[in-house]
Amino acid sequence: MTTVLNVSSVSRSFGDRAVLKNVSFAVGGGKLTGFVGANGAGKTTTMRIILGVLAADTGEVTLGGTPLTREVRQRFGYMPEERGLYPKMTVHDQIVYLGRLHGLSSSAAEDRTKKLLERLGLGERAGEKLEKLSLGNQQRAQVAAALVHDPEVLVLDEPFSGLDPIAVETMVEVLRDRAATGAPVLFSSHQLELVERLCDDLVIIADGGIRAAGDRATLRAQHAEPRYQLQVDTDAGWLRDQPGVTLIDLDGPRAVFRLQDGFDDQKVLLAALERGPVRSFGPVVPTLTEIFREVVR
Amino acid sequence: MSTYAAAKVVAAREIKVKLRDKTFLFSTAFFLLFSIAVTVLPSLFSGGPTSVAVADQATATALQQADLEVRVVGDDAAAEKLLRDGDVDAAVVSGPEVLGMSEAPNDVVRALSTAPPVRLLDADAVDPFLAYIVPFALAFVFFFTSFLFGLQIAQSVTEEKQTRIVEILVASVPTRALLAGKVAALSLLAFVQVGLIAIVTLVGSRLAGLDSGVLRLLEPTIGWFVAFFVVGFVMLAALWAGVGAMASRPEELSSSSQPVQMAVMLPFFAVIFFGENELVLRILSYVPISAPVAMPTRIFKDEAALWEPLVSLGLMAVTAAVLLAIGTRIYEGSLLRTNGRTSWATAWRSNATS
Repeated sequence: MTTVLNVSSVSRSFGDRAVLKNVSFAVGGGKLTGFVGANGAGKTTTMRIILGVLAADTGEVTLGGTPLTREVRQRFGYMPEERGLYPKMTVHDQIVYLGRLHGLSSSAAEDRTKKLLERLGLGERAGEKLEKLSLGNQQRAQVAAALVHDPEVLVLDEPFSGLDPIAVETMVEVLRDRAATGAPVLFSSHQLELVERLCDDLVIIADGGIRAAGDRATLRAQHAEPRYQLQVDTDAGWLRDQPGVTLIDLDGPRAVFRLQDGFDDQKVLLAALERGPVRSFGPVVPTLTEIFREVVR
Repeated sequence: MSTYAAAKVVAAREIKVKLRDKTFLFSTAFFLLFSIAVTVLPSLFSGGPTSVAVADQATATALQQADLEVRVVGDDAAAEKLLRDGDVDAAVVSGPEVLGMSEAPNDVVRALSTAPPVRLLDADAVDPFLAYIVPFALAFVFFFTSFLFGLQIAQSVTEEKQTRIVEILVASVPTRALLAGKVAALSLLAFVQVGLIAIVTLVGSRLAGLDSGVLRLLEPTIGWFVAFFVVGFVMLAALWAGVGAMASRPEELSSSSQPVQMAVMLPFFAVIFFGENELVLRILSYVPISAPVAMPTRIFKDEAALWEPLVSLGLMAVTAAVLLAIGTRIYEGSLLRTNGRTSWATAWRSNATS
């Protein structure tokens, strides 16, 4: 079963500063959706509105078409931007407590906590006070706090910041598992390479407005013009005179160029072969960083 | 999950945490020792009936009838020796002459003299020492317990705010459930502590053999005090939570909580300083913040009619309802404001989270 989390026409101002302007996007069930944007673009505000920690001035958030209520949100998992649990409580006790607050029975909360802490590699630390743990382990405990009740929707604000590479992998696994159950998973991140590797869908926000949203491949097609890269043995300067070609970057035998509509890339390849061996030729797949730069410009 | 169920889970955590908290355990132990000390120690130090050594059998009988501890000795010299050795408090030698070391043993003199008849016009009047110490003890217990537990409500709120766990909490349960759970838990612990103090004091005062006239006044005083404490504590509890939410760091708590601290501290000093003034005390016993100390004091002095504490409690209950509403609004208005200390005006205005 998959359900779609829909953010529709949400606006929010603090005083006379409009932080979100008519924000709409969907987070599909069973998918990992990356939420990217510069600092102050409105990611955290959007997430807080989804969780009901903050009220929207206008617009609404729905799950499977139904507006969110406290009861529905109680089945959400949330990892806020500013991390925090009770420093003087044991890891085990506070995860159980949060499970109970999310509506789990006491035995179910115990059971889930135990399994989850094992899974996150915190099993041996369960009885220790949170403040005694390393920052990385505190972060794992924070993940456990968001997952203890098997949330139907997962919203994570910068879940990867401060994690070592091994913890990142564990986190990725956990997110994928959750998505595999059909839950919509939305997370924000500054690490664009990571988002690129992980996400099925992308939402790009800038200055309080959604600039692009949707399937990663589609976004690529939409937001970056087709480019090619050519690697030959000698200088590739002759490309300047090739019809339809606009050089973007030339570095001796290596060139990146744009091709106008209606021109055949294979003609360019043939022309290159006439001049000598071709080591590589192909379309350049734009990176998320490039798409990001393009759309927020 | 209902707000009630959520509040119960919150309260259970608070209690569990506090029961492991050294400050809490220490303060409870301290107050219990304090109340034992106040009730039991004075009678231990007074050392029981005066002991007297005497040689003459007739005199001994008279002294025994006066409930003194009599030691019959062979002759006057032996009686005097016992006195000099410190084995007895007084001696009676032939004459009869009463011997004492440095003070005249008045009860021995009284036992041997014919006193003129005495008629007391105010037989129930309380011993001046007790008249001073009882209001002081009531004020002391009320002040410290409500201050200590009130401050703990505030600290627990500030802690959640500072560690930012509040965002996860608010995302999962209604704000009111958090507030209600916290207030209920700390109130319950405060009541248990005051209840224990009351029981220890009552049992202690019986064991210590206070005379029945004092007990007749002390027992209702303590009973009413517990009732007044309960309403008085709940009255300020939500405000404590509110000022806790206004502070974003523990360092800000002392300034944000000042008005509530005053509300606890002023009545304490008012009752200590004006306890002798019947009119002022009468007024204080109807002012909700000072009533928990002033009214039981008047009951102890036997100055209050039965309807008076009831009316005063009613006034407090109404005030409590109003202050709970105000405290809740302040709490909700400032809980999620994380940039520095929230002002009263902002907390009051921004009812919606922002």
